[in-house]
Amino acid sequence: MIEIQDLTKYYGSTLAIWRLNFAIADGEIVGFLGPNAAGKTTTLKILAGYMPPTSGTATINGYDCLTQPLEVRGSLGYLPENVPLYRDLEVSQFLRFAAQAKGVDSRKQKPEIDRVLADCGLENVRHTLIASLSKGYRQRLGLAQALLNRPPLLILDEPTIGLDPSQIVEIRQLIKELAGEHTVFLSTHILPEVSQLCRRVIIINRGQIVASDTPANLTRELGESSRLAMVIKGPEDKIVTTLKALSGIKEVTARGNGHYLLEVEKGQELRPTLARQVVQAGWELLELKAQEFTLEDVFLNLVTEESEAEDKAA
Amino acid sequence: MSGCLAVWRKELVVYFSTPIFYLTGTFFLLLGGYFFFSNVAYYNLLSLQASQNPYLASQLNALQMVFRPLFGTLAVVFLFLVPLVTMRLFAEEKRAGTAELLFTYPLTDWGVILGKFLAALLIYGLLLAVTLIYALLMAWITTIDWGQIFTGYLGLFLLGAAFLALGLFSSTLTENQIIAAVISFGLLLLFWVIGWYEELGPLGWQGFFKYISLMSHFETFSRGIIDTRDLLYYFMVIYFFLFLTKRQLESRRWRG
Repeated sequence: MIEIQDLTKYYGSTLAIWRLNFAIADGEIVGFLGPNAAGKTTTLKILAGYMPPTSGTATINGYDCLTQPLEVRGSLGYLPENVPLYRDLEVSQFLRFAAQAKGVDSRKQKPEIDRVLADCGLENVRHTLIASLSKGYRQRLGLAQALLNRPPLLILDEPTIGLDPSQIVEIRQLIKELAGEHTVFLSTHILPEVSQLCRRVIIINRGQIVASDTPANLTRELGESSRLAMVIKGPEDKIVTTLKALSGIKEVTARGNGHYLLEVEKGQELRPTLARQVVQAGWELLELKAQEFTLEDVFLNLVTEESEAEDKAA
Repeated sequence: MSGCLAVWRKELVVYFSTPIFYLTGTFFLLLGGYFFFSNVAYYNLLSLQASQNPYLASQLNALQMVFRPLFGTLAVVFLFLVPLVTMRLFAEEKRAGTAELLFTYPLTDWGVILGKFLAALLIYGLLLAVTLIYALLMAWITTIDWGQIFTGYLGLFLLGAAFLALGLFSSTLTENQIIAAVISFGLLLLFWVIGWYEELGPLGWQGFFKYISLMSHFETFSRGIIDTRDLLYYFMVIYFFLFLTKRQLESRRWRG
């Protein structure tokens, strides 16, 4: 569906993205993850045909985003960052314009508009002026216009930013429901969103791709050593030295108030040993649990590794 | 050309739902009415004097004394109002970020440009059409030559269309509506007065400035004459500025 080759973009002399390469297959939901100013929006704008790349190519469905913009836009539903909308129009007037602009047959316009209004829960604001819509409704309207004419590909730039928690859940649910019908490429910097929605994640930092895999694989990769969290009542320095002396323990950090974080070599089950050790020493074991690596850890790990490597190179 | 109709309809909805159209319309009709009234009052005064002066009576002509100056003053009023009608068209899309929607829908540049231009032209045509009431009022009290009246209106219409094309182009240059209005007003004024001093310019070019002036070509229409050179001039000006608009929109695709 999407193919990007050596995509590079400079704004003047500032580098935004540098030689991106990736492909997205039909029916995938892919998350595009990165800190602010990593080049997410730039990439999406180029894909949507709004901006030219400095070099490299991006194709959608085999059509080049730069030289065949009409074919590309015809198969695309695009939700730009910050959801720009025509404030002077009513919701239904705006959707009518969008439907006409997307070339929806004039007899099919009304049912098509009704469908996206229903899908996005906008029926009760059908005749409201867009300027007076709340942020949540605007976000949904942005999504509704992208869905018009059932485009095979949806490109969503931070679809849940600025929403309250319940609205975020609603929008995510909506995107999940869309998954069957559309290929979805969404950018975000909210990590739980990606692990909930996407089957694949592309992580970008400073304009370069640093990882591309399923959320599960990414967390596993990082899990070379796994972590245990313990709460023990007892003398802190003694606990640290005793635990550290055990084989298979790489690192023990005291976090105060009897909380300890242990880095353990992978593949070893150390919990029974640890429990025994603590009881034998006469301390009280209040808690012992394995800690999973979250996507946050993966992300921070990749992003900081990247900048350290760069600092060294410089 | 795809999407021209969609853009045209959207622009009209925006025009009719925002105050700018109603405000410009009100002031335009207020000013137009005032000029028509004063012209008729002056014509009335001359008619009274003509009742004692047979030579003057033979010179009296409602078209020449009421409508010709009226067309001239309406053209000047449009010079001020057209920038207000066109300033929004592209500048606001850029400011509000909706350009990103507009240019990621499967629309061609020409579709967008013509949609916006024709919407503004319809608005302009509506304002102009209301002033036909003046002609109807005159026809009620005296006989007038409709052919000459319509020629004058044709001239005003083409003049306005050229103004609008220039204003549309100015609107692509900035995302600030005020700046767009200032640019188009400045350019319009320049094109208006540039023909005032015919003898200006280097040797052999003296006629040039008069030829490119928007005003000099309007003169013949207001006298009731349709000259193909003037028709051609206005079509060229309109095409020229729409073409510049197209180039300006395209530039976003090759500028970094």
